[in-house]
Amino acid sequence: MANIISEETIEYVGILAKLELSDEEKKQARKDMARMLDYIDQLNELDTEGVEPMSHVFSVENVLRRDVVTGGDMRDALLANAPEEKDGMFVVPRTFE
Amino acid sequence: MGKEKQYETVIGLEVHVELATRTKIFCGCSTAFGGEPNTHTCPVCTGMPGSLPVLNEKVLEYAVSVGLATGCEITRYCKFDRKNYFYPDNPQNYQISQLYLPICRNGSVEIETKDGTKQVGIHEIHMEEDAGKLIHDEWEGCTLVDYNRSGVPLIEIVSEPDMRNAEEVIAYLEKLRLIIQYLGASDCKLQEGSMRADVNLSVREAGEAYGTRTEMKNLNSFRAITRAIAGERERQIDLLEAGEAVIQETRRWDDERGCSYAMRSKEDAQDYRYFPDPDLTPVRISEAWLAERKAALPEFQTEKKIRYREEYQIPDYDIEILTGSRQMAELFEKTTALCGEPKKVSNWLMGEAMRLLKERGLDPEDIRITPSNLAELIAMTNRREINGAAAKEVFEAMFDTDVDPARYAQEKGLLMTHDTDALTRAVKQVLKDNPKSVEDYRGGKEKAIGFLVGQTMKAMHGKADPALINGMLRELLSGEAKFDA
Repeated sequence: MANIISEETIEYVGILAKLELSDEEKKQARKDMARMLDYIDQLNELDTEGVEPMSHVFSVENVLRRDVVTGGDMRDALLANAPEEKDGMFVVPRTFE
Repeated sequence: MGKEKQYETVIGLEVHVELATRTKIFCGCSTAFGGEPNTHTCPVCTGMPGSLPVLNEKVLEYAVSVGLATGCEITRYCKFDRKNYFYPDNPQNYQISQLYLPICRNGSVEIETKDGTKQVGIHEIHMEEDAGKLIHDEWEGCTLVDYNRSGVPLIEIVSEPDMRNAEEVIAYLEKLRLIIQYLGASDCKLQEGSMRADVNLSVREAGEAYGTRTEMKNLNSFRAITRAIAGERERQIDLLEAGEAVIQETRRWDDERGCSYAMRSKEDAQDYRYFPDPDLTPVRISEAWLAERKAALPEFQTEKKIRYREEYQIPDYDIEILTGSRQMAELFEKTTALCGEPKKVSNWLMGEAMRLLKERGLDPEDIRITPSNLAELIAMTNRREINGAAAKEVFEAMFDTDVDPARYAQEKGLLMTHDTDALTRAVKQVLKDNPKSVEDYRGGKEKAIGFLVGQTMKAMHGKADPALINGMLRELLSGEAKFDA
């Protein structure tokens, strides 16, 4: 493997993704990520001069909707998925202001 | 110690404007304000897996119109990007926004400063979705989330760091607000959050490179913005003078305490890992569609002022105020078209309308009087069916509930009496009852006539024409006649 992922990088990526990894999982993740970057390096060998990065697979453009209310009140159905609810709202751990 | 250092303040703004669409940016949920929590929600705006966002065409239309009105280049091929962060106000864990190909770029607006006009550059305008509202439950020690606002369309207008003081910032915001209100794209109310301005500020010694900037949030009024700018300038200068560095951070303004503090909420790491949103298709803007948008732009204040000066004989001061709101300008133009008396229409709007707006704590945009009713009221006063005081009473009723002026005046008994016999009797009685005033007037005290008119008006229960009374009094008083017999 040409790429080496540092422990700090895995730690940082873990924080960004809100993942708590065990030492064993971190080791595995470092290996996986190094392999991914190796593959990217391989792709980079191609000459992509003047080629626009592709973000969409299908060449569909301008899918728009009219500004007309179609959604009804789906509160109960949506709250049914919530681990906890109160007064018609989702309850989450206290956030800092 | 050498001479004191001269610091320059450098300010750029990020202005979020809530667009006046009926539905959200990517789903058909209503944007109506004040609904019960979570009753304007669906799988799209609550970030359910598998839901598919579709762009509201009105959002695109408004964003492009604001761009055209601020001289921006319109991006003909634009896309949406995901801005990734974890916070419960956004259940998708990313906000759909635009980073790489924003809809508008490189515009500017002209502001008036004490040193003349100045261009404030607009770096870009992009479309994005608003987040939900967090309500802190102090009792339970938890946070409650209402997603009614989640997915409400916003445009973010990012200025260049072209402003140097609070006055310029306010002038810029007022100009933006006026343009957007004229377009009908938003009501732009800072207090209600439909316009939110984040202030990016740094200081530098004259002639030096830009310093490190901070971003200030939670500014809900022009006053708060002014105070926050003064406070942050001072805080940064103090740091520099003490040999410390300004840290690039987001700060929250506390208007009650008059100070700001660093926010620790949204991020441990300000790394948003933007990437193009694959669920939303790119938008390609055709020349034909763009031409339609250009043709649909309204006449803005600058052009209106020039036309008003040519078309209506009213003072510049009136023109400035009347064109300061599209609703006001429209009411003025339409009423004038009906009655042909611009000065009278202007007087009503500049006087009574402004007084009532202030008294009721309303903005000119809230005015609900119809042109036909105002024209009718003016016609009634012209036909001498109603006197000035009664007309003001009718105007107030029209202002509050848009009543029909003729019917209202009739019902409230505000119409002037045309019973000249009754008026003559009243005038004679007043002259008889007030010999002192009669004597004063004849002795050269012009003011005494006012008192006599007032007394007659009182006797007529306010339903007489003061000009007519005045004329009758003068005529009767011009002779030698005695009235106390």
